[in-house]
Amino acid sequence: MADIRAAVESVFRQESGRIIAGLIRMSGSFDRAEEAMQEAFASALSVWPDQGIPSNPGAWIMTAAHRKLIDAARKESTRRKKQDAVSYDVPSSFEAEIEEPAMHFPDERLRLIFTCCHPALNNEAQVALTLRTLGGLSTPEIAKAFLLPEATLAQRLVRAKRKIHEARIPYEEPSPDHLPERLASVQAVIYLIFNEGYAASSGDDLVRHDLCAEAIRLGRVLCELLPHESESMGLLALMLLHDSRRKARMVGGELVTLEEQDRSLWCQAAIAEGLQLAEKALKIGPAGPYQLQAAIAALHSEAKAPGETDWPQISSLYEKLLEWNPSPVVALNRAVAIAMWQGYDEGLRRVDALGASGALDRYYLFHAARADLLRRLYRTAEAAEAYRRAVDLTTNAVERNFLMRRLAAIKL
Amino acid sequence: MRYMMLIYSKEIEGGPSPQQALEQMAAHGAAIEEASAKGILVSAEPLAPTITATTVRLLNGKPLITDGPFAETKEQLAGYYILECQNLDEAIDWAAKIPTGCKGGEGCIEIRPLPGLPTRPPMNG
Repeated sequence: MADIRAAVESVFRQESGRIIAGLIRMSGSFDRAEEAMQEAFASALSVWPDQGIPSNPGAWIMTAAHRKLIDAARKESTRRKKQDAVSYDVPSSFEAEIEEPAMHFPDERLRLIFTCCHPALNNEAQVALTLRTLGGLSTPEIAKAFLLPEATLAQRLVRAKRKIHEARIPYEEPSPDHLPERLASVQAVIYLIFNEGYAASSGDDLVRHDLCAEAIRLGRVLCELLPHESESMGLLALMLLHDSRRKARMVGGELVTLEEQDRSLWCQAAIAEGLQLAEKALKIGPAGPYQLQAAIAALHSEAKAPGETDWPQISSLYEKLLEWNPSPVVALNRAVAIAMWQGYDEGLRRVDALGASGALDRYYLFHAARADLLRRLYRTAEAAEAYRRAVDLTTNAVERNFLMRRLAAIKL
Repeated sequence: MRYMMLIYSKEIEGGPSPQQALEQMAAHGAAIEEASAKGILVSAEPLAPTITATTVRLLNGKPLITDGPFAETKEQLAGYYILECQNLDEAIDWAAKIPTGCKGGEGCIEIRPLPGLPTRPPMNG
């Protein structure tokens, strides 16, 4: 029985996205599809112990869920006919598909991913819905990962599904002229999920890593479904390269900077895959923001020691990134990269120039970057002041601890 | 599905220039003509300016009348279109064609589906 349960769980993990995508297409409803899928998995748990695990478990679930959908539609139809004279239309394709074997059911996940990430839904709804349907995470799991009460998350999902249904967000792949912007929306949702898991925070480490793993999985699915999109590859490469440093980045609950990380802890398999993807993406082009960020991460990954980092190249990649995203945050990163090869004085001059407008005053990383450069320049009193500003501004416990340690170290 | 496109325009002092007003009218004319030719136009009308607005609410069962629109915001409801569209994506494409500058400043379009009065129990999710 334990075997059966494990088998069912494995089918759920690997195939529920595809199954639910197909069921939504057939029923035209997220709720009906979810219900039918849940019932089918429950049937598997009761039938498989006697009949054995079918040779194609995913197709078995799909067929069972499909039958449940048809049963439910028939029941509903009868109920409505009794209730009033107006009959509820069961889509005719529904009935026609009864006998069709579901061995090779079409992959509808693209429709699903574009619907879940539709720009008419807010970010929170997009993330929740994507994780719930394509990610196959349960509502409690998602709530836990986002440190939210389960009821809040459940409410988000209900609202999102209502909007899809009542405002008629189509269950379709976007037309070619809308594809770039819609794909960007999907990529943004996946990256948001990754960053939620990656941001060092006081949450449960393990659960948060689940979010990174889930985002990487979704990134793979996107690359598989639309194989020639260089920015999707860039995104996947970026996530893999960042995730490769997971073990080195947090040690004993403390944040370790890139410079101070034990590079032997970096996951070489993830790096190799990330580098390969980044290169492949570059050949397809054009190089957008995800690819540029992946290229920066790749240069860090390729450096055997911090001193071997190709900072001139990194600076010029930030320069290119600024063309896509002219934000003070990117400019700050470029200034720090420049400091690493043109001198801390030059870096500090640039950082201060960026701060002159006051736009970065409330941004803790601005003060942390200044503090770090001042520390390297042995301007201890000013560095301490900047660290204190940064500490005041960060809301994240792990980051605050890191800054406090730095502050304590320069005071010695 | 019928969608209502609510036009929120930014009222600026002095209103639109005569040139702007002409351009706005021409752009609405084009949008209305195109929607009409496609057979999806249900209706489209401008609203009289907010100085003409009256708000009514019930207080202890009696109507309480106040001058002006319900919400005092920079962007004012200036008109609407009702279009019959297949889905939200089509409605969004149309909304992008509707000008919003009739009060002088650029505004936005809010899209709301019109589900109609319920004639039978709502379908679940």
